[in-house]
Formats: sequence, structure tokens, C-alpha cells
Amino acid sequence: MQVSKEEILHIAKLANLNLKEEEVETYMGHLEEILNFANVVNQAPIDGLEETIGANVAYNVFRKDEMIQSFDREELLQNAKETQEGMFKIPKVIN
Amino acid sequence: MEIYELSVHELLEKLDKNEITKEEILSSYQNRINEKENDVQAFITITDTEAKEQFEKEKNNPSKLAGIPIAIKDNICTKGVKTTCASKMLENFVSPYNATVTEKLNEAGIISLGKLNMDEFAMGGSTEHSYVKKTKNPWNLNKVPGGSSGGSAAAVAAGMVPWALGSDTGGSIRQPASFCGIVGLKPTYGLVSRYGLVAFASSLDQIGTLTKDVKDSALLLNVIAGHDEKDTTSVNKPKEDYLQVLTNNVKGLKIGVPIEYFGEGINNEVKDSINQVIEKYRELGATVENCSLNVAEYALATYYIIACAEASSNLGRFDGIRYGYRTQNYQNLKDIYRNSRSEGFGAEVKRRIILGTYVLSSGYYDAYYKKAQQVRTLVKKEFAKNFAKYDVILTPTSSNVAFDLGSKINDPLEMYLADLCTVPVNIAGLPGISVPCGLNSEGMPIGFQLIGKPFDEAIILNAAYTYEQNTDFKTNKPQFKN
Repeated sequence: MQVSKEEILHIAKLANLNLKEEEVETYMGHLEEILNFANVVNQAPIDGLEETIGANVAYNVFRKDEMIQSFDREELLQNAKETQEGMFKIPKVIN
Repeated sequence: MEIYELSVHELLEKLDKNEITKEEILSSYQNRINEKENDVQAFITITDTEAKEQFEKEKNNPSKLAGIPIAIKDNICTKGVKTTCASKMLENFVSPYNATVTEKLNEAGIISLGKLNMDEFAMGGSTEHSYVKKTKNPWNLNKVPGGSSGGSAAAVAAGMVPWALGSDTGGSIRQPASFCGIVGLKPTYGLVSRYGLVAFASSLDQIGTLTKDVKDSALLLNVIAGHDEKDTTSVNKPKEDYLQVLTNNVKGLKIGVPIEYFGEGINNEVKDSINQVIEKYRELGATVENCSLNVAEYALATYYIIACAEASSNLGRFDGIRYGYRTQNYQNLKDIYRNSRSEGFGAEVKRRIILGTYVLSSGYYDAYYKKAQQVRTLVKKEFAKNFAKYDVILTPTSSNVAFDLGSKINDPLEMYLADLCTVPVNIAGLPGISVPCGLNSEGMPIGFQLIGKPFDEAIILNAAYTYEQNTDFKTNKPQFKN
């Protein structure tokens, strides 16, 4: 399994990560090695088998649509770096 | 015998007979932390003052566990106390709510002495991927404690807490328990609520116990198990009393031993030790047969595909806006996302996000992720086939004993291969327990693993208990060798 430099940079972009030049090399090597190993899944006798999504049987879980006590707004904002008037603040996104 | 050497059920017996007081228990453990933390480095946060305050409040709580100390892996949310996941990303994060398990400990009056070290976001098998510190193995301070719940295992082994909570996505409770000579239980997926556990791989993660002996595992599982409407994967079934099932009797128990976990790659001293466990079970009246679980290699590859895929999605939430690390270096919103994540995550976390993003990206989804989900079905079928014949499956917990600090840190694949015996259990959502069974020639602990059918905690706990009652591993004590 060959992973190109362009590919790793594309993946990093999708994952919202910057990679330094030396990281690109390291991660390329590691990714190739791990993918080569992970390729054994392509040899597994899985023809016709369903995909398992979760660990137990999937069923829908509903709850009653009723008012309950929610979190305190101030408490939820306490970990944010920037807030304003009870909201998370981010840099301007529309010019 | 010092107080800090006792297991919780022994502490409770002594309290009952008025031989010790709850104050003495608390101070014995707090003193032990002061004495050993410098060597072991198990804690990220020590909550000395909070613990004393909570103790004053809980002293008269009628719960029999009121006043008993514990410590909690630092990916389980504790309101008012930092939950860092051993990451720069969450270095200053204080959760606005408690995890359900934290609530349950509080209701029982159990006192938290602090938060324990781990691999960053629970990704790793040695606790060396912690941003905060490197935890040492109490049996030999030059060795890793295992991971990712390495702080939990080391703290219990060193007697700094009588028991601890951890989380297990691919072996992260059982492997460090085995490396540190204690008992580690990963319950069935859905038995314990994951609400408030910082998500790594949601379909594999499960909270469980690290304890000095099996009876304490049962005792702590009684506290944390149960349906929770805040976790939609938690299963609504009647509560069991796991203490009652410990009968010290395995006559007629059918144990299967998969040959695939005794082949190449398993250390000889580990094999010898497991063979003695098998002999012991036969002596005790169980039938033990070889069987086949022909998915070992596929299961490990599948695990890394699924776990990384889910991690890449779960960790997408860390963007520097609502909580967590925010870069100082930005012009616009995109910069905040990318720079905060690049500066806030450590190398192993980035590696797994990249792998996960890769296997989910268009063009590779079918070749890796879809196949892995199908292999997941295969693994479940293989287990089901074996459980039609056997009550429990027995394997080594890890292919080897604890390794030297630093020896595998630059070889991620080799580190991953060490999870061979534990990951199939998470893939199939089964319960598994690691029990100490001996020391190797260097004096490092070896553990064996018992795997049960879904929600058969009672069976594996009793099988583990019966082995423990008829052997004497507990006479070995960690030496803090330097």
C-alpha cells in the first residue's frame, strides 16, 4: 500500500490538521505500515456477511417529549475562550 | 497488614467489627499517595481538599461504601474537577456535569481522591502517550504500567487507592491490570453507562473496574452497572447482584481455550503460566478443551480500522471554540480549527485521526471500513459458535509482560500488536476479565483473560473468583524496583 505525499496532505486537510514537513514523512511511513497490516481484512471470509454497526442489536431509543431542567448556561460557557452575551464568540466569517 | 494493602471487602469487614475507622482508611490512602506518587506518577489531579470535604459530608451516609476512597481515570467527567484526557487539548477543561458513573459513586458515598493518568484520549497501551507524565509500573519503575488505563492500574497496584475506574476500548483496562498484577473487568457493552466518558470509539468504549481482587470487581460493578436513559446504548435489564454469584465452585464449567492465542507471538513464560491456570481449573472440576477462534489477525486489523474511524469522527468536536485548547495564532475561523487541533493533539492522536480519516475517505471506505464492519460480524459469529459449546473462553490477557519504558514508543504497529488477545472482546461487545496468575523470571506479573457471553458477568466473575480463592498470587507484592 503506497501512500503519496499529496494523499497524506489531503487527508490532513480533511481532518483539519496541519502537518510539518517531518510529520508528513513520519505519518506517511506509519500509515503505509499500518494499512499494509490492516489489509488482511480483505482476505477475511466475509462474502455475504452483513455489516455490524454497533456492539449490540440496534434499535431506536425514544424518550418522552417533555420539559426537563437543562444545564446552566454560564456553566456551559465556562470552558470557552471567548464568549459574548451568553454565546460562544468566533471570528467574523462573513465579509 | 497495612490498611492500604487491604481490598475493599476486607476494609468493610474490619469496619463492621470496629477494628478500623473510616477516618483511618482515608488517611492511610492519602498518606500512601504522598509516599508513592513521586515514584509511580499515577495521578494527574490529586483532590486532597475536596476529598476531605466530601468525606465530612458522607461520613454519616448509611451506604456501606460511604467514605471508601477511589480514583477515576481522567477521561470520565467529574463536575468541578478537571477532566484532561491526559491531553494538552483538555488541559484546563472542567466538566459542567458528572458522568453517570461519577454520580453513582457519589450516591454510594465513595470518595474520589483524584484523577488518573492515561494515554492521551485513551489511545495507547503504555500510558506513555500522556501529555502530562509517564506513569511507572509499581513492580519495576523502569517498566510501563500498560495502558491506556495505566494510571488506574498503577495506583491500585501501589496501594494508593483500593480500587479505580478505567475505560476499555481495545484492552485498556485488562492489559494494564495484567501488567500491574491486579484484576481488571471490562463489562459487556451496554451494561455500564458511557454518559460522561469522553468518547474515543463509541461502539467499543466501555467503563469498567480495576481492583485488587475479584470480589471487589463484583462490588464495584454492583455500584456502576445499570440502565441510563442518558446513554442510548445502555441496556435496560434487571439489576443483578454480582457478589451473590461468587460461589467458589467451577465444577462442570466448560472452558474453551482458542489455539490461536497460544501460537507464535505469545511469550513462553506467559504460555507456561496460562497452562498452569488450565491445570488448576481442571483440578477444580472444570472441563477445559482447545477450541478455535479463527479471527485473531482479522480482529486486530478490524479493531484499528473501526476504532480510528470512530475516533476521527468523535475528535472532530475539538475545534477550540466551545472548550479545550485554542491556538493564539489565527486570522480566521479555519485557522482556529486547524491550529488549535494541530497544537492541541499529541502525535499518537493525530496518527489515529489520520488513519481514521483515510479509511473513511471516498475511495477507501469500501476497501477498509466496510470490510471491517463485515469482519465484525464474522468475529461475533466465531464467538457465538464457541459459546454454543463453552461457558467461558480463556486466553492470555497480553502476549507478554510489561515492557521497558520507551522501548516501543517509536513503533506504533508493534504497540498495536500487543492488543491481539483483548480487542476481539470489544469488537463483539463481550465481557472480559483479567486475573493475575503469576510472575515471570524477572518478577513481572502475568495475567489471564476470561471472556463470557454478553451479560454473563456472573459466570466470568465466579470463574475468576474460584481461581483466585484456590491460588495465592496475592502473596506477591510490588517491589517498586528501580
